[in-house]
Amino acid sequence: MSNPRLPRPDEVPGDVPAPDRDSTPPQIVTPQQAPQEMTVTSVLNEPTADAPTDQIAAAQEVHLATTESRENRTARLSTGVLLALMGLVLLRLIFATHGKATFALSDALVPQAERLPDIVLPGVPLVVVATVVMLAAALAFLFGRRLPGWVRGVAGAGAATALVIGFITWAAAGRPLPFQVSNQLAGTLVFATPLVFGALAGVLCERSGVVNVAIEGQMLTAAFTATLVGAVTKSVTAMLVGAVLAGVLMAAVLALFTIKYIVDQVVIGVVINLFASGLTAFLFKAIMAPKPQLNEAPLMERIPIPVLSDIPFLGEVLFRQTWLVYLAFVSVAVVSFLLYRTKWGLRVRAVGEHPQAADTVGISVTATRWSAVLVGGVFAGLGGAFFPASTGLFNDDITVGNGFIALAAVIMGRWKPILAACMALFFGFLQQLGSQVQTLGTPINSQWLILLPYFATIIAVAGLVGRVRAPASDGIPYVKA
Amino acid sequence: MTESPTPDRTARRPVRLARVDWSEITVTVFALLLAFVIGAVLMVIADTEVQQKFTYFFARPGDALTASVDKISTSYGALFRGAFGGIGPITNTMAQSAPLICAGLGVGLAFRAGLFNIGGQGQAIMGAMFGALVGFKLTGLPLVVHLPLAILAGVVAGGIWGGFVGFLKARTGAHEVIVTIMMNYIAGGLLSFALTQALFRRPDRADPIAPVVAWNATFPRIAGTQLHLGFLLALVAAFVVWLVIERTSLGFRIRAVGSNPSASATAGMSVANTTMVTMALSGALAGLAGVQVALGPMSGATPTPLTAGLVGTIGFDAITVALLGRSRPLGTVFAGLLFGALHAGGLVMQGTGTPKELTTVLQALVVMFVATPMLVRTLLPFLRARRARRAVPAVASSGGLA
Amino acid sequence: MWKDATVNEPVSSQQAKPAPSHQAPSHQAPSHQAPAPQGLSLRGITKRFGSLTANDGIDLDIVPGRIHCLLGENGAGKSTLMNQLYGLLDPDEGEIFIDGTPQKFANPKQSMAAGIGMVHQHFMLVDVFTVAENLVLGREQGPFGTLDMRSARRTVIELSERYNMAVSPDSVIENLPVGVQQRVEILKALANDAKYLIFDEPTAVLTPQEIDELMAVMTSLRDEGRAIVFITHKLREVRAIADDITVIRRGAVVGQPPRDASEQELAELMVGRSVSLKVAKQAPRLGDTRLVVDHISVADDAGTVVVDDASFEVKGGEIVCIAGVQGNGQTELAEVLLGLLPVLHGEVTLDGRSLTRLKPKEVLRAGVGFVPEDRQHDGFVGTFSVAENLVLNQIEEFSRGGMLDLGRISANAEQKVQEFDIRTQSISLPVNSLSGGNQQKVVLARELSRPLSLLVASQPTRGVDVGAIEFLHKRIVEERDGGTAVVIVSTELEEVESLADRIAVMNKGRIVGIVPAGTPRDVLGLMMAGIPHDEAVAATRATPADPNQEDA
Repeated sequence: MSNPRLPRPDEVPGDVPAPDRDSTPPQIVTPQQAPQEMTVTSVLNEPTADAPTDQIAAAQEVHLATTESRENRTARLSTGVLLALMGLVLLRLIFATHGKATFALSDALVPQAERLPDIVLPGVPLVVVATVVMLAAALAFLFGRRLPGWVRGVAGAGAATALVIGFITWAAAGRPLPFQVSNQLAGTLVFATPLVFGALAGVLCERSGVVNVAIEGQMLTAAFTATLVGAVTKSVTAMLVGAVLAGVLMAAVLALFTIKYIVDQVVIGVVINLFASGLTAFLFKAIMAPKPQLNEAPLMERIPIPVLSDIPFLGEVLFRQTWLVYLAFVSVAVVSFLLYRTKWGLRVRAVGEHPQAADTVGISVTATRWSAVLVGGVFAGLGGAFFPASTGLFNDDITVGNGFIALAAVIMGRWKPILAACMALFFGFLQQLGSQVQTLGTPINSQWLILLPYFATIIAVAGLVGRVRAPASDGIPYVKA
Repeated sequence: MTESPTPDRTARRPVRLARVDWSEITVTVFALLLAFVIGAVLMVIADTEVQQKFTYFFARPGDALTASVDKISTSYGALFRGAFGGIGPITNTMAQSAPLICAGLGVGLAFRAGLFNIGGQGQAIMGAMFGALVGFKLTGLPLVVHLPLAILAGVVAGGIWGGFVGFLKARTGAHEVIVTIMMNYIAGGLLSFALTQALFRRPDRADPIAPVVAWNATFPRIAGTQLHLGFLLALVAAFVVWLVIERTSLGFRIRAVGSNPSASATAGMSVANTTMVTMALSGALAGLAGVQVALGPMSGATPTPLTAGLVGTIGFDAITVALLGRSRPLGTVFAGLLFGALHAGGLVMQGTGTPKELTTVLQALVVMFVATPMLVRTLLPFLRARRARRAVPAVASSGGLA
Repeated sequence: MWKDATVNEPVSSQQAKPAPSHQAPSHQAPSHQAPAPQGLSLRGITKRFGSLTANDGIDLDIVPGRIHCLLGENGAGKSTLMNQLYGLLDPDEGEIFIDGTPQKFANPKQSMAAGIGMVHQHFMLVDVFTVAENLVLGREQGPFGTLDMRSARRTVIELSERYNMAVSPDSVIENLPVGVQQRVEILKALANDAKYLIFDEPTAVLTPQEIDELMAVMTSLRDEGRAIVFITHKLREVRAIADDITVIRRGAVVGQPPRDASEQELAELMVGRSVSLKVAKQAPRLGDTRLVVDHISVADDAGTVVVDDASFEVKGGEIVCIAGVQGNGQTELAEVLLGLLPVLHGEVTLDGRSLTRLKPKEVLRAGVGFVPEDRQHDGFVGTFSVAENLVLNQIEEFSRGGMLDLGRISANAEQKVQEFDIRTQSISLPVNSLSGGNQQKVVLARELSRPLSLLVASQPTRGVDVGAIEFLHKRIVEERDGGTAVVIVSTELEEVESLADRIAVMNKGRIVGIVPAGTPRDVLGLMMAGIPHDEAVAATRATPADPNQEDA
């Protein structure tokens, strides 16, 4: 075997004239490659542009065979096991279910004449059906490696519905009071409101590349400020403005430390939370405790939307809420529009994915991140205002982890505003379910029901979410070359 | 990935760890000063009486200023007396710092492995719960059996609570920050639930409070002082953590995984196992902190009985302790003593009308400033001339936080 | 990643040797002449990072209608220079002129406005954005701050028609092959109507065929009257396309040789001493078959099959090179050998023992040495000391009863630093402070410090200066001659040609063919594009394009 060697230096000594560079460069024309390239080019040169681009894309994009990844497999199996466990719990509940379950479609406060009829269903069969659905879904996950994605989606949705219905039926069966369906759904919206705002704050921050663990602290500070401003001015508007200012101020602290001083983003988030909890507790004791009149925020009233609120059932659920609830859902649309349909949004997303790329086309990474964090602060502030606006006063640690649950909603919502809002609704549903079931007087200890959202969050981040992809530069500070 | 454009900094710095770095100490001292200044401002703003004096500030500025100075000196004076004014307060500071040191060591150990354990709170709660349970349920055992048993119960409970998070992280990739936060709430809920059950509730009381821990499960105390065995345990824990991190192959793995997990995996280390072991150890240390609270005699001769609020905010304070101590055992001991002093003094300060929550604000501020030497230098320009070159984020360089 | 490698090389670790004497003084850049009236002129550009001078009084004239090659080793300061031109860095001294007028570029926006465009080595493209989104980023249009994606798509189509570079506006970048991604990067610069186009190491990630296409694009842009700056360290490419050549070494211009200078001359100018471009290597003394890779398939984290039914064998005393363009499954193939990735199916055996189900730790114990492709990421712990990194995967052997044996760790380090000529001031310095070549020596020293049955080395000399390349190659060949089976994964054909006894070419996860050393470059190139060996040979016979290629 001959010695392998570099062909260039000795074989082409310097005195051999190099090929004429003014004409064409050395080029290997390959028959195998030429046809493909030529069709691409000729297609492109046709005047009608839109249609052929798909073909180009199809020709250029890389497609390799795929198999089930390890993470997906883990997610599928753990989901299956979890569903099977819940199925077994439902199986047990069959034997604890007695009598009929009553579901009220209208709130008890609605005048008798306008009320929708209650639905009365036999308890045991309903729980049996729920159990069967649950176990079937579990089997679909455990053994359905080759099932298409939508089948698993349907199975998952069916399992979730079965779990909720089975659980509620067991809880309501044989009780004197009906389970309030409209109340459950309307309450879901209420509980979801601060979570939606918090999640939007998180989405904006993290899309720009700043991890926001400080949502809780931002909301807490905003809640305190809202209470104080509300108590002094007795104006709901001023209260909201105060909350927004506080939220933005705390966001500015986060931005200062993460963007300017490049401190570890998670660490500073946690420290800001601690600061906020210490500060509000201190001021609460120092200012509000001696003067209780400073701890009287104006309550936000429910505003029925004309016409829409008269729709049976739906009107009661959706259109008899406070301004803040309406605002939360408008905000989702606004943030979605900002992120996906404006120049600013494109830049925010670019800065969160590949800040250097943005920098090289003349976008200020620092300014874009600052703006995204501050705008996020607006929503965190509104989320904070929710608490005094619905209870009328401030308490130590009034936000009780809502900021963290919002953060979980951001991750489970894959950093997308609409999906994150859906996750916030899910958590809201659990919170309302907890308080609803408590009023039915079920044998479950109320402590456990309060913990429902926390358990759900762990299960969600540990298994059900599967593979999530954060913005590529989320949490990574940008330091110029 | 990206290489720092200032290579001479790392190249010239001596690498031996644990050498005294005067610049860090200067920044820490001034961070402390700044925090106290801001705390003073807060105090004055929040005090209604002083506020009134300020309403006629322009007529008689002396009144407002005197009132402010009075307020500040009374509060901080009380704080200082409560922390250092005599053998009682000093030993109280040490007693207060013991759980902070233990939990801080736990958070710091996790930092070294690149993990952020915000779950110290939950782990401490579990530690306190099971330490206390063994402490008051078992009777008739001698001290040498009962006390170690109670400590062990708490440590193991904390270790399991933390190890579970490590398990989830290693197996499913669930982010430990979210999971530990949720585990904190669950631990809190669990404790509240337990206190309503026969196993934990004191038979003669209607409110959720557990029985007093048996005398043989209480930390022995030096008579006439607040100093009990817990502080010694904390120091031993600090030494053991140092030994493990710097001198054992386990510590080598923890540091390697914390610094560069993919290189560690390529070098044949199991990142998953290291994550689980580190979280379990971290949780065990936080559990030890919980044990300290449950079994350490406080102002009376006996430990405070277990209630929902007994653990306080130790888990969160521990984060600040670890950050201020830069995740190093010796630093953690000093940081724990400092914040222990704040806690001890805070209670006395509360007596003068300044809420003790001010100490939480001070803690957070100190850590914020320590994390950003650049900010301290911006606020205090006279520091800049001396040390302008070394503008390194202290937290980021403290060993694998990023 | 390596473009800033310069800043990590302490000056002291380099040999200070004078420039080759046979270079005529006329090649030297004239010092601080008046700027040229036409085109882009740099005068006395100096940039320091701490104690390191990355650029030292550089003068450069870039003339419209010409391709100016900037030649220099990794870390010579080429990228630093260009980053100042592009407004990413501020020069400490010196001035930039365009058509005789001094310019000041505080940020890329200003230099773009002055007509400078850059095709970055690591593409400045947002992976999850579409081509159109990437192209309009920073120059978005639309009323009231909204985004007009329709006009953005139109711009892409117009540009790609005008310059005859096919791209679809709606493709997401991460789904495109690198060659097409680079087209997008070029179009981005052209969208701005850049008159001065800087190509920073553009060929590193391309197949030989793609390189030829790129050169055609550069030539046609040149012929349009644009000025092209072509940064590279590959001598072949310089000789193929340059109109002007400037060689940079350790931050300073060391010569401007004529475009017909030989590769040997260019190499000596670039390195600063005479270099042998060949590895002194005997014919292999083949032993028994040691490594058998039998129909292995592997999926990555996302479940994509990245290694598809690959089979090959390596004998003791043999070097098999896995050649291919970056991202065709070689990385994963190497990782599977170490047990870092699970196999879908297939079997790996070493000396008759199956490695397939073993963990990395057990594979290492079984006598496998592994030099990872991305040493910063996988090869060492940057904050750890040289001594600690030298025992990184043997820590159990260097501890007793769970306690580290610090004495033996230091002794081992002192010995390895000697043996492998690792330039460091102390064994307790963090590896981050070493130059790329010395970092790689640390990795190789660690892997070669125990008896091996198999050495797997991916890109063993990437980002390493020429002096260290020679050394590393020598050590690898020595290991082969000791009877170890060696697998080298490399995307550099030069390296493949100088090391391989046999070459396995990979494309899209499949092994296209296994060919003997000495197979012509263009045949390898076609095989790297997925064309089987026989067809590739036929194709190259049919079109003898480049006279330089024929005798290879």
